[in-house]
Amino acid sequence: MSIYGRAFVYGDGINTDMLAPGIYMKHPIATIATHCLESVDKDFAGTVKPGDVVIAGQGFGIGSSREQAAEALKHLGVAAVLARSYGGIFYRNALNFGLPVLVCSEVDQIGAGDLVSVDAATGAVHNKSRGMMLHATPLPQFLLDMISDGGLVPHLEKRFAAERAAAGV
Amino acid sequence: MAMTLAEKIVAHAAGREHVAAGEIVTCAVDLAMIHDSGGPRRVAPILKRFGVGLWDPSKVVLISDHYVPAGDDETRRIGEVTQQFAAENKLAGFYDSEGICHVVLPERGHLKPGMFVVGGDSHSPTGGAFGAYMFGIGATEMAGVLATGEIWLTVPETIEIEWRSRFGPCVVAKDVMLFLCGQLGMEGGRTQAVHFRGEAIRGLPMQERMTLSNMTAELGGQTGLCDPDETTASFIRAAGAEPGDIARWQSDADATPAERHRFDASALTPQVAAPHSPANAAPVADHGAVKIDVAHIGACTGAKLVDLRMAASVLKGRKVDPGVSLLVAPASRRDQEAAANEGTLQVLVDAGATLLPNACGMCAGYNGTLQENVTCISSIARNFKGRMGTASANIYLGSPYTVAASAVRGRISDPRELLS
Repeated sequence: MSIYGRAFVYGDGINTDMLAPGIYMKHPIATIATHCLESVDKDFAGTVKPGDVVIAGQGFGIGSSREQAAEALKHLGVAAVLARSYGGIFYRNALNFGLPVLVCSEVDQIGAGDLVSVDAATGAVHNKSRGMMLHATPLPQFLLDMISDGGLVPHLEKRFAAERAAAGV
Repeated sequence: MAMTLAEKIVAHAAGREHVAAGEIVTCAVDLAMIHDSGGPRRVAPILKRFGVGLWDPSKVVLISDHYVPAGDDETRRIGEVTQQFAAENKLAGFYDSEGICHVVLPERGHLKPGMFVVGGDSHSPTGGAFGAYMFGIGATEMAGVLATGEIWLTVPETIEIEWRSRFGPCVVAKDVMLFLCGQLGMEGGRTQAVHFRGEAIRGLPMQERMTLSNMTAELGGQTGLCDPDETTASFIRAAGAEPGDIARWQSDADATPAERHRFDASALTPQVAAPHSPANAAPVADHGAVKIDVAHIGACTGAKLVDLRMAASVLKGRKVDPGVSLLVAPASRRDQEAAANEGTLQVLVDAGATLLPNACGMCAGYNGTLQENVTCISSIARNFKGRMGTASANIYLGSPYTVAASAVRGRISDPRELLS
């Protein structure tokens, strides 16, 4: 899958209360997404464009199980996240929404606004603005399959449809 | 081949003789717990898309705790969707406004050692206190579990945390977890299985072990296990269930954890975490005389019966400082009733506490929020910026002892000064 966009760069400890503030949780994802990351960057939700990439340090997505934290990024069109490490539940949630989240120890080689391409299957990260090749940990094939189906829901839809077809229903 | 408790449970759920840390397996789920926020309102539309129902309603428990009591039209609608889901499915349990899911689930006898359990909430590691492999997942993943009864898992490493000796006065599970967050950081658990062991842990009652396991979420562990023993079995029997084979669900003596940390319980002192992270923990004295406006005792991690008793032991015969609002939200209706029957609740009220509903309430900023710019000390699990609904609030974390002592003094205080 080809990912290419501008980098939005943040530091360590971007938690789920920053990605999806609790006070907006009763609202639909379109509303929650407009508040995504507002406590660290009030311009993020308004300026991020489909295809852009979020870069962060340690513990991206630590905190709550609320998957709106991942869903908000997906809703805003974020194509991938590169971080040094992730909160465990957020990591699974992001993959389930078809959002590639890759572990990358070389995130300090990417600056805000750099143009970056990412290959989730090989882990190749190209910082085109700086002409640098970086490396991220590639995702295993079964997760790539789920992401290329669009996430867990379409992936399982396909499976249930196949099961029904096999059963002749 | 020797296995840790975590490996034994995962191997059993995966239908395997043996598993090794790092391999990816598919596990059969023994029980799925969902609540009103991440539950029916989010999973029902996905199940509809799949065109299937619940894989096994007798293995699903639903608990309304986030949006109760309903405060507006949207939360009322969420409550209706939740009740409708319970009416349409013959679930193992549906508990509406009975308390917070992590407390109600074991209180009603749904957990026992060796179970492989998922919960739709980040504090689901609480179930690890019972020797069950319980962990939190998001709503979409939960919909997958509810449809298929299975989930993939990277077999966890075991991070053993041993506490030898015994804890001193006014030093409790909350202090242990704040200390560990300070020492190991919020990613110290690396999404692996944290395993609490040692003499000091064996000496803790179940509800204190639940606080350890609960805050494994803040420590970054996937679950937080305690060794099942007679304390576990008695709690489960009192909840009207059978504990099963306690002896089977123990780590092999020669199993080797990936990491081992050892601490002396007798050296631990009351801990307080400063804004805006549980990892900003330090001994209470290091925080100086921070003046507080609100003292809050609430949440799955900080307002169980044992927690209410801690607060009452400090507040007995005392009054809350006139400049402080003390808010108490008992974690379950049953715990509140028990506290009322034994007089604990009256002590809190006499000291000036305001009682709030048996729900998540202010802890997640979902229902009721702090005022702008206040300084609060709370027994909840995390103090991220905006956690209690107001980004300008400063939230400190401490045990119910420390919160109660701070409420009396009007500033962050060491409970040992009031109880010595």
